Amino acid sequence: MSELIVEAEGLTKRFGDRVAVDAIDVKIAQGEAFGFLGPNGAGKSSTMRMIGAVSPPSAGTLRVLGMDPVRQGVDVRARLGVVPQEDNLDRELTVEENLLIYGRYFGLSRRELRPRITELLEFAELTERRRDKTETLSGGMKRRLTIARALVNRPEIVLLDEPTTGLDPQARHILWDRLRRLKRRGASLILTTHYMDEAEQLCDRLVVMDEAKIVAEGSPADLIAAHASREVVELHVAEDELDLALLDGVADRIEVLPDRVLCYTGDGDGTAALLAERGLARAGIVARRASLEDVFLRLTGRTLVE
Amino acid sequence: MTPRTSSETSTRDRAAPLSAGFPAVRVLEARLLAARRTLRSAVTSALLNPLLYLLAMGLGIGAVADPSAAADLPGGSYLAFLAPGLLVASAMQLAASESLWPLMVGLEWNRTYHAVVATPLRPVDLVLGNLAFVLVRAALAGMLIALVIVVLGAAPIGGALAAVGVAVLVAGAFAAPIAAFTAKVRSHPAMTALMRFGIVPLFLFSGTFFPIENLPAPLQAVAPVSPLWHGAELARLAALGAPTAWHPGAHTGILVGLLVGGAVLAERPIRAVLCR
Repeated sequence: MSELIVEAEGLTKRFGDRVAVDAIDVKIAQGEAFGFLGPNGAGKSSTMRMIGAVSPPSAGTLRVLGMDPVRQGVDVRARLGVVPQEDNLDRELTVEENLLIYGRYFGLSRRELRPRITELLEFAELTERRRDKTETLSGGMKRRLTIARALVNRPEIVLLDEPTTGLDPQARHILWDRLRRLKRRGASLILTTHYMDEAEQLCDRLVVMDEAKIVAEGSPADLIAAHASREVVELHVAEDELDLALLDGVADRIEVLPDRVLCYTGDGDGTAALLAERGLARAGIVARRASLEDVFLRLTGRTLVE
Repeated sequence: MTPRTSSETSTRDRAAPLSAGFPAVRVLEARLLAARRTLRSAVTSALLNPLLYLLAMGLGIGAVADPSAAADLPGGSYLAFLAPGLLVASAMQLAASESLWPLMVGLEWNRTYHAVVATPLRPVDLVLGNLAFVLVRAALAGMLIALVIVVLGAAPIGGALAAVGVAVLVAGAFAAPIAAFTAKVRSHPAMTALMRFGIVPLFLFSGTFFPIENLPAPLQAVAPVSPLWHGAELARLAALGAPTAWHPGAHTGILVGLLVGGAVLAERPIRAVLCR
């Protein structure tokens, strides 16, 4: 394994009596795109804030870029780029000024910043809007500007907390494309998401968090292989209209949800055909690849997005 | 030292700007950049408000006041008495308004301070940078008022400028503790109450518009509680050479104490919000 950029052991964060992060162990290597996947309140953001050297851990050990983020917070933060969950751009400033001022916060000179800002505006596709106030931007543009802002110091690690929450599908795809480009340039990405597709699109490796703990770890493909079958057949039928006896032996494992039944199987077409034979076709049958959603359901017994 | 080393030194100096050793300067810079946008309205109100007060009260009330009584006032006229008081009272108001709502914008409403502490800057840099911004604003606004004062003949130019120095100190003496208050309470009603029941009474009853000797004795006795009273005393000393109630060093010491104490007190609640 190449050099570790994050090493956490027994990392814990408490707010009063509430345990937000409960003794998690995480190792992240340089150049990786690493994800924290889990529902709201699972402790992802608290973990990110500890790695970002703004929130002191309550217990456990944490090293970021080989440093102690509490004692060497200034030095750690100088090498990070942080994209927070909420939009906290400076609304009194223009697009360009937001980048300039942020660069100045890192102690970069205006002369250094000028070409860098031009480049970042291009990267974020905001060159035309450079002199506009940020409040006139769309949600997707604001996200792209926030990401550009996080890159102004050429960070070694980019921390992204729910990078595409609240964006429309097109804006999400543009953003994913930008993040993949960033990764190709050699940056390490650490992101949180509660979207399965996002985790599958962006992460080399991820941990699934639930109720302040890590419940699984691996690559998206590994996790699917370990905790779900290759394919899933969804039967869209209400729980109370279903005769469970009809489902006997159609799949390796069956999960009954209030509005649908999930049949985990190695052979989606075979299972779908079997269900049709038993007269369940009119209910609506969809065969698909297993996803992290299925992993999460398997691990916690709950769906990820209620 | 060889010429070569000295040229290396100067290159390094250029690469490491002033703000490297004192990062709060970067916060000040951001505030100034944003303030540029509202410069015209800020200048207009900084000029217009004191001009209106000085004309309406200084000349208007001064004309109906008993001239022989006014002659006993420091400066020899009501206008001359009022001008330094107004200078420090404006500084207080500016400091209060800068330390209430703008702080909430950064801490909660737009959460811009959360973005700041994700960089190498620390909460203490935010406290000091914002304080520096209030001092700069107070100095600039004070100069404009001093201009009006000099034009109206209410004080000599040197005295008016010295009084601006006092106004800057008063601004700091209010800005720092009020920033601590805002970060601690983070409540709109509490902030409005501070303005209504703190700042407005101080504005009226701190010896800015009339000598506190005109107040009933019990109220006179509480005047030293008002930082603005200390500022008004010092401002009249600076502008007119008028004698102060206490030793000037004592007045100054209280204002400096509030500035330093307030800045120290403000850091912890701001850190508690940003670095929890």
